[in-house]
Amino acid sequence: MANPPSPALTLRNHGFTPDHIIVPAGTRFKIRVTNHDSTPDEFESPALRVEKIVVPGQTITVFAGPLSPGSYVFYDDYHPETAHGVAEAK
Amino acid sequence: MLAAFIIVFREVMEAGLIVGIVLAATEGIRHRAPYLWGGVLAGVGGACIVAACIGALSAAFQGNGQDVFNAGILCFAVVMLGLHSVWMARHGREMARQMREMGSAVAAGDSTLLAMAIVVAVAILREGSEVVLFLYGVAASAHLGAVAIISGSALGIAAGAAISWLLYRGLLTIPVSRLFSVTSGLIALLAAGMAGQAAALLANDGIIPAFGYQLWDTSWLLSTGSLVGKALQALVGYSDRPMGVQLVAYLATLATLVLLSKYAGKTRVLQKQEI
Repeated sequence: MANPPSPALTLRNHGFTPDHIIVPAGTRFKIRVTNHDSTPDEFESPALRVEKIVVPGQTITVFAGPLSPGSYVFYDDYHPETAHGVAEAK
Repeated sequence: MLAAFIIVFREVMEAGLIVGIVLAATEGIRHRAPYLWGGVLAGVGGACIVAACIGALSAAFQGNGQDVFNAGILCFAVVMLGLHSVWMARHGREMARQMREMGSAVAAGDSTLLAMAIVVAVAILREGSEVVLFLYGVAASAHLGAVAIISGSALGIAAGAAISWLLYRGLLTIPVSRLFSVTSGLIALLAAGMAGQAAALLANDGIIPAFGYQLWDTSWLLSTGSLVGKALQALVGYSDRPMGVQLVAYLATLATLVLLSKYAGKTRVLQKQEI
């Protein structure tokens, strides 16, 4: 596996930036999530099979894939109404 | 309020289903209440401690601390469920006979009650720490909607507990002669599911080999993100896209618990015949 790209997400005001990321299909990859809010968040996606708590100021790394090409929804389980996004595998 | 209800209910339901099975499986064992309530309290206390230390926990094991910790407590619970299977194989038939004849059993089973209290504690600790962090976040941000969110969360906890109680009472409608065979089967599936989840957590972080990241995909039929999918995941270890090592751990644990309960029961019979 030759260094697949690892997209970085930030959580601020209970929203993801960016809220749309491109991830490689057919291989393992990492997503890094940093929480800039003042309360804990939980980065979660049954589609990507990840679930991890991020405390304020912390950066976590989750592993996912290999994915078939397509769109995969992720969200902050503590603020699912405002904090959600899509990982597009291609 | 509804959002908070759903968030909390989903977590509490998962723990509640496990507790419901434990309640049915320990029916008729003397002095079970203090053990199981002790398990509940230990689980809630543990959840608060984990929530307080979650930052340090996350950073441990090269950032895989949360997964390693969850896998560890799941494996611990699997061993406890295995101990219960052995105990039940030795005492289940006798207990069923007593319950038929006297309406209640009087078996003393402190060892198995301790094991089951640990299972209750692990189930509550695992899901509870997420609830505690969610509520902490609400309390810390202290905005105007906090009262609604707290009420929603309280209702979520109550509804999760109600599911637990309903599963327990539902299982008790099974005739006494078959109750413990059914609960032993459920315990074996529960343990298999936990072992599979533990393996998947470790494999996802590359700590153990995955042997295939996706054996099949049934997420179109039933996603583990749905409520029913999540319930089946907690109860029987359902996974919509299992890893190879997850299936291996699942089947190995299921086979071990089934064989263990049969073998342990048989040695007991043989001992009696010798006497």
